[in-house]
Amino acid sequence: MPSAPHLRWIYRAYVAIFFLYLIAPLIAAGAFAFNDSLFPSLPWRGFTLDWFFSPTEPKLGLLHDSRLLRGMGNSLYIGLLVAALAVAAGTSNAFLFERKQFPFKSTLYILMIVPLVIPGVILGISILVFASMIANFADRQLGLFVTWLRPGIPLIVLGQAAFLTTITSLVISARLKKFDISLEEAALNLGASKLRVLMTVTLPFLFPAIFSAFIVAFLVSFENFNTTLMLVGSDAPLTITMYDRMVKVGSTPVLNAVSVVLMLGSGLLALASVLVQRPSKSA
Amino acid sequence: MGRDAGRLSLFLLFTPFVLWIGLLIVLPQIGIGYVSLREKIGINEFSFGLKNYADFFNEPIYRNTLLRTAWISILVTALALVIGFPVAYYIAKIAKERSRAALFLMCLIPLWVSDLVRAYGWIVLLRETGVISTVLLRLGIISTPIEMLYNDVTVIIGLVYTVILFMIVPLVSTLQGMDDALLEAGYNLGGSRFTVFRRIIVPYAMPGIVAGCIITFMLTAGSYLTPVLLGGKNSSWFTEQIYNQFITRYNWEAGATFGVLLLLFTSLVVWAGLMLTGQSLATTVAKD
Repeated sequence: MPSAPHLRWIYRAYVAIFFLYLIAPLIAAGAFAFNDSLFPSLPWRGFTLDWFFSPTEPKLGLLHDSRLLRGMGNSLYIGLLVAALAVAAGTSNAFLFERKQFPFKSTLYILMIVPLVIPGVILGISILVFASMIANFADRQLGLFVTWLRPGIPLIVLGQAAFLTTITSLVISARLKKFDISLEEAALNLGASKLRVLMTVTLPFLFPAIFSAFIVAFLVSFENFNTTLMLVGSDAPLTITMYDRMVKVGSTPVLNAVSVVLMLGSGLLALASVLVQRPSKSA
Repeated sequence: MGRDAGRLSLFLLFTPFVLWIGLLIVLPQIGIGYVSLREKIGINEFSFGLKNYADFFNEPIYRNTLLRTAWISILVTALALVIGFPVAYYIAKIAKERSRAALFLMCLIPLWVSDLVRAYGWIVLLRETGVISTVLLRLGIISTPIEMLYNDVTVIIGLVYTVILFMIVPLVSTLQGMDDALLEAGYNLGGSRFTVFRRIIVPYAMPGIVAGCIITFMLTAGSYLTPVLLGGKNSSWFTEQIYNQFITRYNWEAGATFGVLLLLFTSLVVWAGLMLTGQSLATTVAKD
């Protein structure tokens, strides 16, 4: 739109400054993982990998920091469970809304989207309250101790799956919408059973969407903080461990090392999901 | 036979949906509504009423925290729109085909990085011993280190940073669909640059603007990490109040009341936004 050359340059400079603003904190978080200093701040005292590999205090590296490693293990476990749950429910929801007719369909569709607009903190407390109500009831009326309804990994998994199922449902529905139903009809005419058609025709077509829904769910779960904060028990996932350390102990460059690992990990996974989706676009 | 199979599969597909929406969304929301209405009068003894809500409105600290959260969220949404729109327009309409994809991907990178890492990056940059303060000191621009954390401006900068991508992405996808011929027609008919912007571009981009504003507002009002980490102990953010009531003070009745109020408030703003612009939730938020 701007035609005068100097206006165009101002516009370009604005966009460049914007991207600098986007990238600056990430560079800051990443770069100081390699600074040979006890604090994540200037001056630069030379390059080191101690914050990843050093086995001794005071520069205890990430690979030897048992609390951070345990947090990472918990996050991995939670992320895989959440992604599996959300993808299974999301696939089912996609078939429900794309293939079936039933009363109140559009109302229920809105209800499916609603979890996206509930703030994560509220989702967390509501599940905490509801689970405690059931647990208290079981305790008082039946004398049962239902420990998995108390804060801990099972509740974190349920809380994260609650809103991630909306995302996976939308991603998988979008792909199912593009499916040419005549392919299924052809397979049925050729004598395949319905289950066989589903396994050999429809699900393979959906695979790219299912795969990227799984990765998105895993990444969002791994990085989730708000919902998790309300539901965390004694087994804290990585984001909570990292937050505790930032607030209570003060930051050391080991947190920058964690940041580097997180950025690299999510970057690679995001790339994988883009690559899997790409060939599908031409189809 | 065929109909029975159809019913069976409908039932099988409905079960996960009902379990999910019922047990994880609807019943828990009713649960906090219920807890917010009850009042502790003894061990396991409760009475019901609106006392928790009355307490909220009679306590200026709580009331002001909600107002402050609301006001900052609206400001952040407006800033994200004003800052993000030119960038979205550049990506969608001005950048060359090849750099467009690269710019768009660059926009998405921070999306994949945890809020925590981004907030931590800001802390490393802005604190008293941080990068910016140190560099300014070296350059002789300032004589003593300055603390740039723990004030409202920093919180707003950090919040805009956290949410602006959710503004840019829907804007880019809407603007990409706009035919350049519309602009040419506007100029040919004698429209000034401003007229073309106001009468053609903005109306065309409206669905993207609404979607972006809704998502941005929801994310800001519900955010926790950025205000708490960049604003410090006295950030007076509403989600922080909810956390304090629930976890620190173990006052679930008050916490649930705050939760219900936040949910009502954000829903109200979203609903008003949709009504004013004639959009629906399905066409804005759910549009991939």
